[in-house]
Amino acid sequence: MTTSSITAPAAAREPRTTVPDPARQRRRRTLARWGFVAPAVVFMLLFFGYPLVRNVVMSFQHYTPKTFFTGHAPFNGTDNWSHVFRDALFGKALWHTLVFTAGSLLGQFCIGLALAVFFNRRFPLGGVLRSLILLPWLVPMVVSGVVWRRILDQDTGVLNSFLGTLGLGGHTPWLTSPGVALLSVILVNIWIGIPFNMVILYGGLQEIPRELYEAASLDGASAWRSFRSITLPMLRPVITVVLVLGFMSTVKILDLILALTDGGPADATQTLGTLTYQNSFVQLDFGAGAVVGNVLILISAVFAVFYLRANRTEGK
Amino acid sequence: MSKRFNTSFSTRIVAAACVLVASATLTGCGQDRDDGVYTVLNSSTDETYHRWDAEAMARCGKRLGITIEQQSVPAAQVMTKALRMASSKSLPDIVQFDASEMPTFAEAGGLIDLRTLGLSTRDIPRGIVDFGSYKGTYYGAARSVNTLALFYNKDVLRQAGLPVPTTWDELRASAKKLTRGKRYGLALSAGGAEDGVFQFLPFMWSNGGDERRLDGPRVVQALDFWKSLLKDGSLSKSTVSWTQADVNDQFMAGNAAMMINGPWQVETLNTDKSLHWGIARIPVPRAGAASVGPLGGAVLTVPNTGDAARERMAGRIVACLSSEQEQLTYALNSWMVPANEKAAAVWRKRVPELQALAGQVAAARSRTAELGAGWSSVSLALQSAFQSALTGQSSQAALKRAQQRATSGN
Repeated sequence: MTTSSITAPAAAREPRTTVPDPARQRRRRTLARWGFVAPAVVFMLLFFGYPLVRNVVMSFQHYTPKTFFTGHAPFNGTDNWSHVFRDALFGKALWHTLVFTAGSLLGQFCIGLALAVFFNRRFPLGGVLRSLILLPWLVPMVVSGVVWRRILDQDTGVLNSFLGTLGLGGHTPWLTSPGVALLSVILVNIWIGIPFNMVILYGGLQEIPRELYEAASLDGASAWRSFRSITLPMLRPVITVVLVLGFMSTVKILDLILALTDGGPADATQTLGTLTYQNSFVQLDFGAGAVVGNVLILISAVFAVFYLRANRTEGK
Repeated sequence: MSKRFNTSFSTRIVAAACVLVASATLTGCGQDRDDGVYTVLNSSTDETYHRWDAEAMARCGKRLGITIEQQSVPAAQVMTKALRMASSKSLPDIVQFDASEMPTFAEAGGLIDLRTLGLSTRDIPRGIVDFGSYKGTYYGAARSVNTLALFYNKDVLRQAGLPVPTTWDELRASAKKLTRGKRYGLALSAGGAEDGVFQFLPFMWSNGGDERRLDGPRVVQALDFWKSLLKDGSLSKSTVSWTQADVNDQFMAGNAAMMINGPWQVETLNTDKSLHWGIARIPVPRAGAASVGPLGGAVLTVPNTGDAARERMAGRIVACLSSEQEQLTYALNSWMVPANEKAAAVWRKRVPELQALAGQVAAARSRTAELGAGWSSVSLALQSAFQSALTGQSSQAALKRAQQRATSGN
């Protein structure tokens, strides 16, 4: 708007040329294009590029509380990296992160998909039930963590009392045994993740034309057959999105674990996220924290590349 | 013409955006220090503590003719908040650190020697001066100190006809006898945070254990004692996931006959009028041995802001807040023991029921006295060790691993 109103009188003063200079027009168009891209680029550089580069640089620095006063952080080569990799806790945390991510995604996705398929049929009160299932999503992660910590308490927890009345023992050390704690944390995370998976997959299911199912049933396909040959292939793009987003939010898990177990007992639920936190904010060894953070970024990046490639082949 | 206009237009937009972003970040950094207003960064996020501090600051502000404001953040964030403020040159005039964190900030060169600001350590016991010192320099003035003690349910012990245990053997036997139904004999915190370490130290130190040698036989014995309580069933298996606040909840709910805890729980304990609790020194390995607990509490420090005049005034504020009278008021409110000897003497008369605590404080040790800023590594290693041992590993193996971890600095 402003551009045209100001350029009009300016153009009037200039000798009118019937054929505009094509080179100038092209330049103008390029400039306009950059003008649209610039805010995004500036934003990305400022809020994603800078912290990313800073984090990589920091992982090669001896960055201690003193640095905050002097602003001086001497480079120490790969000291931080070798220090972190030599620590047995790092291997443990990496393994826990992988198990946690794989377990959570598998559970969330399967149950989410089952529920989405279930709610895809119309039945009385279906809408009410569907919105009730969204509840875990609305509760802040830390609140869920604190509530589940009470539920899973070995002696006074609701879950064990319930199992006890059913005659199923009721003495499971959910959060207090190193052998069980990781499983418990995964189960809670599955509970939290189901609504997200269900909503997105449900949306995807709604997009599948009903006629396909009608045609399939005319051909005599069983329910399982039409799920495998119609639902799954038609849902593929949605499934990719759900899994990628799920992966990104699961691999960096921190708040839930801090609220549930604080990484314990005996480091049994220590993940890369909690290890970064511990290095940076408990031990104040920011270099070591940055190393673990970079490993997390690297894992996500590898996954992102796979995702982009999968998307590209789909586009073709 | 139009091209020139476009360039200048877009440059202007970019410039405007830069100014916006820059001013947004700079207002965060540059701080207008108001001459008559001084700020204290502390962790008094509880309503009661916040109010007590606000009242004390109002009194001192009136005496010194200034306004003192407090900025409270959760205890775990004081250090990181202060560091961030240091890098943006916006440190408050006074920071109240947990005494175990103070050495880290002092080591980085962030604190002013309180003696140069005219603070005296007269009437403050040697142990508490050390508690606020790092490498011999007095950086932190404590208003009150605390430590752990054995809290017991008077009614339950009387019904069982048991005396208050004073040695480990007595504690183990009593705890076993008092365990009945859903009630455990003893509750303590072995959680994976500083809480758990704080609770392990009285057992480790009273037995002669040394934090510089975590795999020493004295430390192993102390951990074996914890394991024996768990094996007897006198401790809940959830001990490894409890914080000290959880322990207090269990005790108040009648799920534990005795507990290890600190005086900061007294206010909560007193909300239940039907609960009759008593307090005693933490039992020792052998009759006659000294009960040595960890000294806890916060210290008031003056960070290095480079503004000498404000630092001098900050010193006067710290002196006022930690004066004998203010200490007594604060200690009576919070149930902690005043750092100043004279104030502590008055306190003992006013709160005779906490007599045992005063004795325990006098013998208590600072966690950072030997290790200074290296404490956090040892603390993390120790947490992992007692959690491993309480969930199945042998004490010897767990502590050996902890010592390796502590010395490798990881």
